[in-house]
Amino acid sequence: MISIHDLSFQYSAGNSIRFPDFTVTKGEHCLLLGESGSGKTTLLHLLGGLLRNYAGSVKVDNTELAQLSEASLDRFRGQHIGFVFQRNHLVSALSVEKNLMLAPYLAGLKINTERITEVLSGLGLAEKRKSSVTQLSHGQAQRVAIARAVLNKPSIIFADEPTSALDDKNCDRVIHMLMDVAAQNQSTLLVATHDQRLKDKISKQVKLSSS
Amino acid sequence: MSIFTLVWNYFKARPLNTAINILLLSLGIAVMTILLLFNKQLEQKITENARGIDLVVGAKGSPLQLILCNIFHVDFPTGNIKLNEAERFAKHRLVKRAIPLALGDSYQSYRIVGTSQQYAELYKAELQEGNWWKNTLDVTIGANVGTIAPLKIGDKFASAHGLAEGGHTHNEHQYRVVGVMKRTNTVLDNLILTNVESVWEMHEEHASEEAHEDHEEHTELRDSSFIPSPLVPSIAKGDSVKEITSMLIQYRSPMGAIQLPRLVNSQSSLQAASPAFETARLFSIMGVGVDILMAFAYVLIFISGLSIFIALYNSLKERRYDLAIMRSMGASRTKLFVSILLEGGILTLLGSVIGLLMGHGVLVLLSGFVEETQKAGIDGFVFYPEEWIILVGSLLLGLLCAVIPAIQAYRTDISKVLAGN
Ligand SMILES: Nc1ncnc2c1ncn2[C@@H]1O[C@H](COP(=O)(O)OP(=O)(O)O)[C@@H](O)[C@H]1O
Ligand SMILES: [Mg+2]
Repeated sequence: MISIHDLSFQYSAGNSIRFPDFTVTKGEHCLLLGESGSGKTTLLHLLGGLLRNYAGSVKVDNTELAQLSEASLDRFRGQHIGFVFQRNHLVSALSVEKNLMLAPYLAGLKINTERITEVLSGLGLAEKRKSSVTQLSHGQAQRVAIARAVLNKPSIIFADEPTSALDDKNCDRVIHMLMDVAAQNQSTLLVATHDQRLKDKISKQVKLSSS
Repeated sequence: MSIFTLVWNYFKARPLNTAINILLLSLGIAVMTILLLFNKQLEQKITENARGIDLVVGAKGSPLQLILCNIFHVDFPTGNIKLNEAERFAKHRLVKRAIPLALGDSYQSYRIVGTSQQYAELYKAELQEGNWWKNTLDVTIGANVGTIAPLKIGDKFASAHGLAEGGHTHNEHQYRVVGVMKRTNTVLDNLILTNVESVWEMHEEHASEEAHEDHEEHTELRDSSFIPSPLVPSIAKGDSVKEITSMLIQYRSPMGAIQLPRLVNSQSSLQAASPAFETARLFSIMGVGVDILMAFAYVLIFISGLSIFIALYNSLKERRYDLAIMRSMGASRTKLFVSILLEGGILTLLGSVIGLLMGHGVLVLLSGFVEETQKAGIDGFVFYPEEWIILVGSLLLGLLCAVIPAIQAYRTDISKVLAGN
């Protein structure tokens, strides 16, 4: 599903970030651990095609990402990948429902309102459907962000520091929620974090060393 | 969900800003529309009213006044001219038609015009009901006189001296309405037509008994030696007492334009004015005012364009995360570029549609409630092809204002924005 070989990336000349080789198989859950600044976000962006021009090999779904044009990378990302960010980044001009509709619309897929109902009620957000996202609590906003990431039934979910800003109780809830929705949709889950509390939640772990 | 829903929701998210931008632009467009409609219709009216009249011959004075008074019936006469002097030119070989006009009185500010049947023919007037005037003191009224004054067939009324309402009224004699004309959309709609003799009779009431007898003698004198005047057939040719206000002339050939004005101006106490020349002068005088208002409209539109640009530019800063997140969900650069362009385009399109409606609305209201506009025949429901240009132009303005913000959106470094640095 995901395989990385001899990968490195440079933001600026002479400052190369090297990544260890690893593979994640389909449906597997994997933890990407490392200190702040070790390159976790960079790696997720490389895997999601948000960053290009890497050295080495990044294969997702057996496709070498460097071989895709920018436009096909956009399409690939929309149809196969769901992102969850530490900051939820909901579109504040839109309602909860419209935020969710954005996912299939931008990915060029058909909008399925039943699927929206299913995902929203699965995350306990059914009655927030028409609310403005500015009226949501932090926890609710995070659940909307997760709902948005899984709506298209992506084959891969990337989560970047989903729990860093949360207390223990909410940290627990969010990681289980992510693992549950990933399992329900048979998605591969890759969680990048420096949060030590997640260490015993997911057994497969890849360590990035800050160098 | 579509690109339009997205754009619409961004508008709704900052309602005040959107409303002000639309308002600014629509005001500019409204001023432009009003000017366009007013100017076009006025020009059209003026040319229609002057059509078929090559020369106006009247008393010496301002030539523009002569035209305004005798063609558009908005100014006062420059004075009177002797019938026998006018006759000399009426029978000139270069003159095809000569129509006498005797002005001076009005009813409720509708001017009473003593003239011949040819005057109605000039504007291809037709009867709505009743008959054309025949006897002295019979009148046939224009469409507006029938509806606004209002007068109907059989009504009798006393005229007032002068043009304004409330002048000295000639109570001793009363006009009688015998017919109503169909709407011609010319100045005829606001006129009351009668024969020249009626106008004389109204004013002769002031003259002495003697003159009255004299008048009766005249009619008795109709024997074999009577040669009718070419302008007023009931009067003998060469009458040195009777006066008219002016004479409208249609040339027989283009040679007329070269010879007649010079002839009239040099050889008599009369003055000749060319409607074509004077209206062109009038347009150029009006043009200055129109240009100033038009410049004002352009300033409004420019400011609204600037305001739309600033609004988009600023909102884009706040929306960097939105744009990045949309890219992470599969939106292409082009899609974001187009959505920002559309935002500018839809905003200005809305503004110009509202502006056009406002412009037409103002004229509809004006023509509905202000009698002067109504009389001038300005219609708010008329649409011109130039309005398409306004519409397309403002769409282009919107796209232009959105180009720089759209390029910014296109260039957003999503990875950097999402990493939250
Ligand atoms: N846009 C950028 N330009 C230059 N350097 C960057 C940029 N983003 C991240 N870096 C650098 O790359 C390294 C990895 O950063 P990042 O992937 O954000 O790590 P993490 O997510 O593990 O905290 C850091 O040293 C950081 O300073
Ligand atoms: Mg990071």
